[in-house]
Amino acid sequence: MLIFLVTAFIFMRSILVPPDFGKYGHYRASAIDEIISQEIKYAGHTVCYDCHDDIVDLKKTGYHKNVACEVCHGPAALHTDDPGELKLQAPRERGYCPLCHEYISSRPTGFPQIVSASHNPMKPCISCHEPHDPKPPQTPKECDACHAEISRTKSLSHHVYVDCIECHQTPNEHKIKPREYLPSKPTTREFCGNCHSKDSTTPEEIPKIDINSHGERYMCWQCHYPHLPEAQ
Amino acid sequence: MEKVNNQKSNDIKRRKFLKNLFLSLSGLFLPGIVSAATKTGRLKDLILSLGYDPKEHLWGMGIDIDKCIGCGRCVNACKEENGVPRDPFFFRTWVERYRIYDNRETLVDSPNGAIDGFKPSINDEGNIIRSFFVPKLCNHCDNPPCVQVCPVGATFKTDDGVILVDSKYCIGCRYCIQACPYGARFLDPETRTAEKCTFCYHRITKELSPACVEVCPTQARIFGEIKKKPSPLVRFMRQHVLGVLKPALNTEPKVFYANMDMEVR
Repeated sequence: MLIFLVTAFIFMRSILVPPDFGKYGHYRASAIDEIISQEIKYAGHTVCYDCHDDIVDLKKTGYHKNVACEVCHGPAALHTDDPGELKLQAPRERGYCPLCHEYISSRPTGFPQIVSASHNPMKPCISCHEPHDPKPPQTPKECDACHAEISRTKSLSHHVYVDCIECHQTPNEHKIKPREYLPSKPTTREFCGNCHSKDSTTPEEIPKIDINSHGERYMCWQCHYPHLPEAQ
Repeated sequence: MEKVNNQKSNDIKRRKFLKNLFLSLSGLFLPGIVSAATKTGRLKDLILSLGYDPKEHLWGMGIDIDKCIGCGRCVNACKEENGVPRDPFFFRTWVERYRIYDNRETLVDSPNGAIDGFKPSINDEGNIIRSFFVPKLCNHCDNPPCVQVCPVGATFKTDDGVILVDSKYCIGCRYCIQACPYGARFLDPETRTAEKCTFCYHRITKELSPACVEVCPTQARIFGEIKKKPSPLVRFMRQHVLGVLKPALNTEPKVFYANMDMEVR
């Protein structure tokens, strides 16, 4: 009886447990095999250069240099296997670019954003911007082209008529290479004191304080937000 | 006389039975042994032909929250690459938007996993103190709770640290979905088996990066080796203050976040 039970157990086990179970661990070894053999749909960013070298060369100096071709043109493995079989599409309509470039306050500061409702409505983006080497058609004159959030906040504040460049000295190159040439920021309490200290000669309606006694240990912007000084 | 005859026929019967039993048993064992030999042989061949040895790698991902623009291209690419159902609620990766208000309330949303990006929030803009996007995916824990609870050994950790699901062996009991503290797993509506991010295992074994990393337009996602010096991930880990999700659970995730707000969980 015992021998029969043991045999039956071994017999059932040999049927029920896959033969390669436990080869590498407590799992079926051929599962890895099956997962590895899944079809690849995205060909990777390096293959495009083989045929489209002109466009890749154009793209690699522009702002979109790190945007892979397949972000806009879709998965390309079928196309790279047999270029005649499948032609990739390009999004030409206005809806696609705002996925990245619509103004959303959660996006990182300095990322180029537009409000598409007011930014040349109805016009497809590619009629002004070459997507492989995107640039503004002309260099922006105003700071709010990029710093919309700050500019909107400032427009509600008493500092609305203070130009950005009164506090931030901005090198011309900042408009072309924004991250390499940064504008300056005020560094001293005396800078704010030019308008706000008791002995300055600015108009009366500007609030004034005694710069020597008012929050002496702190810099002004540690308590007051210069773009919206009314905020507490 | 009759008795003897009877005994003889019994003898023949028993011998015949034992013979048949032996033959049938060996016949049943044989295919198992043969197929085992061929299957493991095939796996070995595959690994050799790819030149990929899982023991030599340890994969991880870095996510720079300051770079994520919430465009949702990673979510789209993941679904394209892995054939994830297009309906909402089935995601291997998704992007969350955190909005932290001046009354210290935190609102997290992820409309359809952000596959079509986000809509601007206009009404309550003035009250937001901080806001950012957090891409999420399976954390490929070094100490995975999902693997512990699987009753059949259908989910497992490979030698290169990736957590995989054997969909042919999965019985769809959903223990792992319950056990995952990050909500990274779902039940595939067609196969009725557990599904999750595989770090695109079919791509990384062929020296390609995962689909989400491939299409990220701002390089918010960085993929690479954790333990090899020349890896982009090690450089990323050296240059940033890193955090992981729910560190108190001791799951030891291999997805590392940089510039992460304390409200993120």
